[in-house]
Amino acid sequence: MRATEVSGEPFRSRRNDLVCARLIGFVQFLRANGFAVGVSEGLDALVVAQHCELMDRQRLGWGLRSLLCSNADQWSRFDSLFQAYWNPPNRQAFVQSSASARVEKALGQQRGSLGQGETIDVDGSSEEDDGEVGDGGSRGGASLQASRSQTDFRFLHDGREMRELEELAERLARRMRRRLIRRQRVQQHGRRIHLRRTLRKSLRYGGTPLELAFKNRRRLLPRLVLILDVSRSMNLYSYFFLRFARGIVEAFRDAHAFVLHTRLVHITDALRERDMTKLKEKLAILSMGWGGGTRIGDCLGTFNREYGRLVHSRSVVVVVSDGLDTGEPEVLADGMARLRQRARRILWLNPLLGRDGYEPAAGGMQAALPYLDLFAPAHNLDSLQALETHITNV
Amino acid sequence: MPGLNLSDVQQRLAEAGYIADRQLAATLLLLTELQRPLLLEGDAGVGKTEVAKAIARVFGRPLIRLQCYEGLDANAAVYEWNYQHQLLAIKIEESEGHSVSEKERHIFSERFLLKRPLLQAITMSDPPVLLVDEIDRADEEFEAYLLEVLSDFQISIPELGTIRATSTPYVVLTSNGTRELSDALRRRCLYHYVDYPSLEKELRIVKTRLPEISERLAGQVVEFVHELRKQDLRKRPGIAETLDWATALLRLEIKSLDQDSASIMDSLVCLLKTKEDQEAVTLEVSDRLVSRASG
Repeated sequence: MRATEVSGEPFRSRRNDLVCARLIGFVQFLRANGFAVGVSEGLDALVVAQHCELMDRQRLGWGLRSLLCSNADQWSRFDSLFQAYWNPPNRQAFVQSSASARVEKALGQQRGSLGQGETIDVDGSSEEDDGEVGDGGSRGGASLQASRSQTDFRFLHDGREMRELEELAERLARRMRRRLIRRQRVQQHGRRIHLRRTLRKSLRYGGTPLELAFKNRRRLLPRLVLILDVSRSMNLYSYFFLRFARGIVEAFRDAHAFVLHTRLVHITDALRERDMTKLKEKLAILSMGWGGGTRIGDCLGTFNREYGRLVHSRSVVVVVSDGLDTGEPEVLADGMARLRQRARRILWLNPLLGRDGYEPAAGGMQAALPYLDLFAPAHNLDSLQALETHITNV
Repeated sequence: MPGLNLSDVQQRLAEAGYIADRQLAATLLLLTELQRPLLLEGDAGVGKTEVAKAIARVFGRPLIRLQCYEGLDANAAVYEWNYQHQLLAIKIEESEGHSVSEKERHIFSERFLLKRPLLQAITMSDPPVLLVDEIDRADEEFEAYLLEVLSDFQISIPELGTIRATSTPYVVLTSNGTRELSDALRRRCLYHYVDYPSLEKELRIVKTRLPEISERLAGQVVEFVHELRKQDLRKRPGIAETLDWATALLRLEIKSLDQDSASIMDSLVCLLKTKEDQEAVTLEVSDRLVSRASG
């Protein structure tokens, strides 16, 4: 309906064609800058322009801003983008300084596959994911998965291999969630009577509820709290687990991620950043002191003090660390004991555990062991996959 | 609402008791021009819900509010059958010898239907303003369902058939960012980020809401709150808190912030809502802020 309105009367003249093209160019410019703008928004942008008479640039800006933005970050960036596009000199500068080759490509191609490289990078697994819903198996990379899922992460040096593995981990994180949900739905044992269904069934007995229908208690998803050790001893694994954490945070509605080295940093919000370059920048800022020493005990103390309320009776806390702590083991034990009181379940993943002949002899590890529900290896994808049951049965 | 321009909307909002900037007025104008829901985001306490109420007043429409919470389902949001009535009706008609299908038709008729906000909103003769408050608290399934209702404006009830909208409501959604909303919903909606108001705007709000406040105190209060928001607080005070505090100061008969630091300290409970924040703002900090605000 809106489409006809647009292509109809008022947009016929040559001048209006120009205006149209300019607006479409703006929409593409936004897309290239990471805005999710669909076709119908593009059409509505024309309607907005029509309503507020292009001459009134300020109102056009306001209108387009509320139409085309969809989160706070875009909201704050919009004004400078708008200026950049509609003021030619600035625009040149802007294109070269920040939006880089993608913009030029997009503007050149006019309509083609805009910002595709970007999309694949961020949620490349989505198409494949959809295919997997039906059989739960893995389409496409099945053979890949078989060979790689056994490989110890520390043996991956090739950049491309590493990337594939990271994507696999993200996909795994998503699939774990899908299974969680399905399992909850399959259960059919109810406790409370479903009045509506019961009444329906009672009709054939003249209104006496002989057959009862039950409804399930909805099982709620657990809350996941990930605490990743990114100190120097974990160097080989930390980037990989960050990627995994990103998948988890994306896939689970209720997940929180932290990293610890000499101090504790909350990184959930940073991980939600969709733009890879920005994500890296954010993490870099947050991560002053990565690859340094480890003070697990102190960090757990901070966690309990400041983020303790995040952990409730449906929470699963997953600590990924080698347990090589430079602090006092008593502090670590104390932190674990307090965490124990709040959390439903504590899992400790130790990448070293996958190596032959490793014994958890480190002082920190010894101190933590009594408080764990599960102490498991985390050196390859299979070991991560095995986690699923421990998270489900909460 | 044809024929309205930006200043009209702004002025009518002001008459309805809501001080809006021109960006918001432009957004509201769009809301009437495009049939899209409006998504408002922003920290708690910046007046998101107030926007919806103001829209209802400006356009003279009834306001229907759907408060979301974890576990909100279609029964609570759309419709429910009135079981007690149905059971009674079945008993009463037991002896009348109707056939089963007649009975079924009777007890699943509109008489026994309880309309919840969503259904109510699309079946009113007068198109209302539908406020879906804190959509981020509801779960993803509900969000998807809501998206469907908002694009088709029809609801199907298995026992009754499909109910089409007799009126298209203006839809306003608010979110605090407890959970990330789906891209589909975000894309579908107009978006407005409600920020903390500027000094001048907040001053106008305080003076509109509390006409009896003195110019001097109002200025000090607003500046103090603005300074306070710059501190590293766990929960920054919103506009509602500013108004509460100003009211409290009026009750305590305080004429100026620099006159009695002890009772100002006591009244800060209106602004600081967590233990950590109350500990962080000591008498010294408060005095420093006061001197900045009165300077």
